[in-house]
Amino acid sequence: MKHLFYATMVAVGLALTGPDTADAATSVELIRRIQGVGNEGAGHGPAISAVKELSQAPVTTLPEILRAFDTASPLAANWLCGTFETIADRALKQKQLDGRTLEAFVVERKNNAVARRLAYEWLLKVDPTAADRLIPGMLQDASAEFRRDAVARLLTAGTKQLEDGAKEDGAKTLKQALLGAVDDDQVKAIVKPLRDLGETIDLQKHFGFVTHWKLIGPFDNTATKGFDVAYPPEKELKFDAKYRGKDDEVAWTEFATDDEYGTVNLAKALAPHKGAITYATAEFQSPAAQSVEIRLGTPNAWKLWINGELAFARDEYHRGASLDQYKVPVKLQAGRNVLLLKVCQNEQTEEWAQDWKYQLRVCTKSGSAVLSTGVTTSQRNTGDVRVAREGR
Amino acid sequence: MQRFIQTLGLAVVLVPTLVFAADWRQFRGNDTTAVGDDTPIPTEWSADKNVAWKVPLTGRGLSCPIIIGDRVFVTCCSGYRQDRLHVICFAAKDGKTLWERQFWATGRTGSHPKMSNASSTPASDGKHIFALFSSNDLVCLDLDGNLEWFRGLMVDFPNASNSLGMSSSPIVVGDTLVTQIENDSQSLAVGIDVATGESRWTKERPKRANWTSPAVLRGTKSADDLALLQSSAGMTAVNPRTGAVVFNYDNGASTIPSSTVNGRTVFIPSRGITALQFAEGSANPEILWRGERLNPGTGTPIVYQDSLYFVNNAGVLFCADPKNGDIKWQVRLEGPFSSSLVAAAGHLVAFNEKGVGQVVKLGGEKGEIVSKNDLGETILCTPAIVDGAIYVRSDEHLWKLALPQ
Repeated sequence: MKHLFYATMVAVGLALTGPDTADAATSVELIRRIQGVGNEGAGHGPAISAVKELSQAPVTTLPEILRAFDTASPLAANWLCGTFETIADRALKQKQLDGRTLEAFVVERKNNAVARRLAYEWLLKVDPTAADRLIPGMLQDASAEFRRDAVARLLTAGTKQLEDGAKEDGAKTLKQALLGAVDDDQVKAIVKPLRDLGETIDLQKHFGFVTHWKLIGPFDNTATKGFDVAYPPEKELKFDAKYRGKDDEVAWTEFATDDEYGTVNLAKALAPHKGAITYATAEFQSPAAQSVEIRLGTPNAWKLWINGELAFARDEYHRGASLDQYKVPVKLQAGRNVLLLKVCQNEQTEEWAQDWKYQLRVCTKSGSAVLSTGVTTSQRNTGDVRVAREGR
Repeated sequence: MQRFIQTLGLAVVLVPTLVFAADWRQFRGNDTTAVGDDTPIPTEWSADKNVAWKVPLTGRGLSCPIIIGDRVFVTCCSGYRQDRLHVICFAAKDGKTLWERQFWATGRTGSHPKMSNASSTPASDGKHIFALFSSNDLVCLDLDGNLEWFRGLMVDFPNASNSLGMSSSPIVVGDTLVTQIENDSQSLAVGIDVATGESRWTKERPKRANWTSPAVLRGTKSADDLALLQSSAGMTAVNPRTGAVVFNYDNGASTIPSSTVNGRTVFIPSRGITALQFAEGSANPEILWRGERLNPGTGTPIVYQDSLYFVNNAGVLFCADPKNGDIKWQVRLEGPFSSSLVAAAGHLVAFNEKGVGQVVKLGGEKGEIVSKNDLGETILCTPAIVDGAIYVRSDEHLWKLALPQ
């Protein structure tokens, strides 16, 4: 058995010395096969063999793999990531990983944000000084992680300046940090000292919360059956119309939240109904057609339509609510866009199951606010809620 | 070239699979019983006693370590959004990092602060690691860290998520990875071909959040092994290769502690604990007993040395007779507990959330708490016990606790 074992090891070793060059597919073809993976295991067969073959490629293949992220789905990007790391790890151990090549990819902003971050983290393994060189320029990067690193540096610096008594410099540094901050923990850490210094900061605008809404409800959601019922607002948006609601006739009302995190508390705005549904609609003016993320937080079941198209629906109740709980990628058209949200409350009686609320913002994939050009969220205290509705 | 491939193929077929009996390949061990062998384990530990090694981890997690041969595998998540997924391989001997791979979450990564995206324990068939995350990203790597395949189950099933996070751990039964992704909005169980990552079957499951993990009921031969899927509705035994339902218990069950198996008896956290007896070769069990006073907390019960053990939500360790459910004794531990009991070498080991590992010596009239050992960090995972070593992790560290060699 021992001889057989050794014979096998030799055979395996020979096989691992590299693909038969006469039969080997090109890296372009291998990458194409990896990019072909789809839902529910589609394309796995060709992709698995492609990963095995591509993983044996020389270190010089790494930039090509990184560039392939541009045209890869998030699924395929992970397959590419695994392949990249196998080659990079081998090259690192053989001291063949070239930091200059990786850095050139990182600094090119047109490259895919995930691939740039991957390249950056391997760059640090061969050149830890790269962080000091690159991160300060990443404040408004397309990668939320690069932004976070850049903000963290400014936050540390600004805090130190304040501790040293340099209030003006500290405030200036922190304001600069806020320009790039997309993560709430960093935003809070920046905003508190700035407000202590008397600065005014509009968090609704910073995050891009939609604050001005028209609401109508309650419609019936007894036994949560209303989730699948298409009540009139799903068929028409006529703001002078009245409909039969759960208990009485219901009509559209205006509502503007002054909560700085954009929370619309339906239990207060209307009443703490149970087994009920409210529709909320808002208009969003986009200067151009663009891809954005609608980010929603709610403990209630919900459906979201953009310009009449259902973007997502979810019937989960009271499993928690948080900022950016849901991220829904959508395409906005140039000009007027209509958001319609259905917010469903169930009939649970526990104290923790009484919340009926939501917060919604529009942002880029990295989390920076995308503001409607037709209404500014900072108007929340003026009482002027007509702006968002004009022209409808 | 063709002849070479044929030779290689023949050689590979003839080489026996290297199986280490002492592996701990998935949540609660190879057979999902949480029982190790009789190799003496440390019954006391501290910073300078019986810690073979302690290594830092890249990110958070409450998934359990698994052990394949001389390697320890751990999953973590990192980043503000918990969207960076890590699989790390350590040498069991000295804790040296052998490799680390990372991926990006394709599904929702949010969770209750106590949980994390790395809550599910990875599983292995001895040749591959299958790492599932709460974001429903499922990574298959070989033991050297080479990617085999990657699935995004939330890409396939966009509503199969839980805003509190998910923690059901997949298991390998034969050549199928069985995973439950069960939630209020979209609820499924999926049987996945370990070699290709393709789904062999997908079954709709009760729409109710469910954190329990599947268990395996061994048959007289491996082809008869069944996967046990617990849910709020009860428990379903399925053929792991086809997903075909062979038995359905519909009297409801817990959605947090999982079922445990001893031979052909299944102990379900249902109306207390309900014991189902499967006759040899039969998939149609009878209810052996039901103990409504037996209420396990978060951790899964365990059967060890002819007794059934569980810890309730008040931190009381119960010992019951697995033949009839009669309570033999009880002793109060220091809780609260998120992890499950494990047993080896005549002892139970229970880690509370504060990181205090409590060792209970068995064999007398009543269990004896022989030590309380504080690791000083939050411990939510269930430890692995292999070859006399206890492996346990926190958000920050992985420990190997073992007697000096």
